[in-house]
Amino acid sequence: MLAADMLIAQNVGFYIIAAIMVVGALRVVTTRNVVHAALWLVVVLAGAAAQYVLLAAEFVAITQVMVYIGAVMVLFLFGTMLTRAQIGAEDNLNNKNWFIGIPVAVLMFATMVIALNDGFGNEKLPMDAPVVTTQQVSDQIFGPYLLPFWALSFVLLAAVIGAIVLARRD
Amino acid sequence: MFAALLSSIPYWGQSLLRVLGGLVAVLLPAGTVVYLFLFKMMSFMQSRLGPMEAGPYGSMQLFAEVGKWLQKEDIVPDAARPEARIFKLAPLIVLASTFLLVVVVPFGPDALFTNFETGIFYALAVSSVSVLGILIAGWSSANKYSLLGGLRAAGQLIAYELPMVLAVVGVVIQAGTMNLQQIVVAQNTGSIFGFDGIGNPYVITQFVAFIVFMIAVQAELTQTPFDMPIAESELVSGYMTEYSGFRFLIFFIGEFATAGVFAMIASVLFLGGWGVPFSWFGWTTIDSIDNWMNVGGPLILFTKMLVLVFFIMWIRFSFPRFREDQLQRFAWKGLIPIALANIMLTAVLKVAF
Repeated sequence: MLAADMLIAQNVGFYIIAAIMVVGALRVVTTRNVVHAALWLVVVLAGAAAQYVLLAAEFVAITQVMVYIGAVMVLFLFGTMLTRAQIGAEDNLNNKNWFIGIPVAVLMFATMVIALNDGFGNEKLPMDAPVVTTQQVSDQIFGPYLLPFWALSFVLLAAVIGAIVLARRD
Repeated sequence: MFAALLSSIPYWGQSLLRVLGGLVAVLLPAGTVVYLFLFKMMSFMQSRLGPMEAGPYGSMQLFAEVGKWLQKEDIVPDAARPEARIFKLAPLIVLASTFLLVVVVPFGPDALFTNFETGIFYALAVSSVSVLGILIAGWSSANKYSLLGGLRAAGQLIAYELPMVLAVVGVVIQAGTMNLQQIVVAQNTGSIFGFDGIGNPYVITQFVAFIVFMIAVQAELTQTPFDMPIAESELVSGYMTEYSGFRFLIFFIGEFATAGVFAMIASVLFLGGWGVPFSWFGWTTIDSIDNWMNVGGPLILFTKMLVLVFFIMWIRFSFPRFREDQLQRFAWKGLIPIALANIMLTAVLKVAF
């Protein structure tokens, strides 16, 4: 059962990266410095990108690196460094309502487990599944999924305009 | 034959060759650029000789400099003690992003590290990782000038990332692919309005994109006129101030290696990369190319890279520095609208023809 219908190297890689991601995620919430938290978050996001590569979804993986590591995390760091990031450990970094997050996280996890289990069950990806090219991805986005794409674009546009309205003083 | 030769080597041997090739592809351009342009061209433009003592015409000066840096003490400032680990990590992130960048550059029909389907997209994504290294270098130095330099660098690199991506989109639309190898082939087999004597180098048909891309490269490399982040007269070299010894050397190599690699990517995108117009030698597809191109290709690419770096350095040594607000306005109100207009025009022409 083992070697015949499993890709050993990919599975080993998956669990190594997953372990790194779990450690990184825990360090994000336990570390006592804002910048360290942000850097551990980079580790988690890079791990997600690596998992996408293992799934042969290179376009999604590169987008993950570009958007999350190259833009979102840089803006996070930029913002914290501009305002409050100090060198060394920081006291009272924790929000005093942090325990409310635990049930939310458990609920999210349970929902995802149930949804994934419901949707796929014991289904396995075929080992020789054809690699989805970027062209196929774009054909899907600009074909059958054009309307949701537009809707998302409008949401983002609204967010951008909102940011300008909030930031402008005059 | 070259591909067959490569596949007869065991996998670990191929990996070793790739690592060595990557080292050469990063360090050789960096060394050449520093000696040829930073040492010699800058000196001649300032009516002096530059280094002359080490080796003929000072050509061994680089080894002397590297040797000097390696002997220096690796200092962590007292105030940065609590963040020593991050302080030491930062230059490595910057250099790592350069090494990741060179992976997708094709050097010949078979002489490449990886034939990545989404090559240019990958290159743009990976190049933005170096911002992280610069930011945490500035922060962990525990020095307000360094922090200011790091923040300026981040703001600048984010601002100029956009016109760079948008300029590349024009090329991608025209070539119909994001694979750098196929972009090279598309340029060397193409024709401009039926004239195929020189192929279709996109520097001609995508001239606007080329100019926008090169300006964005200049800014991404933080070369003068965009050297606000490391402005030595006001920020004392910004995020690099507290670094000494080989960590400063890594920043230094990173800067000029990235210049070389970006120039290689620009020549792949706009100047036809490693290729010559295929019709000159009677080739039709990439499979019919003669084997000597695996040696000649890298040399052609290297020459084109040197020409582009020459322009980058020429501008660097000629212009004064932009003010911070001028710099941001230039990106957001100048380059990005131009690049967007170029995309629209290219898309319309692509559909029309």
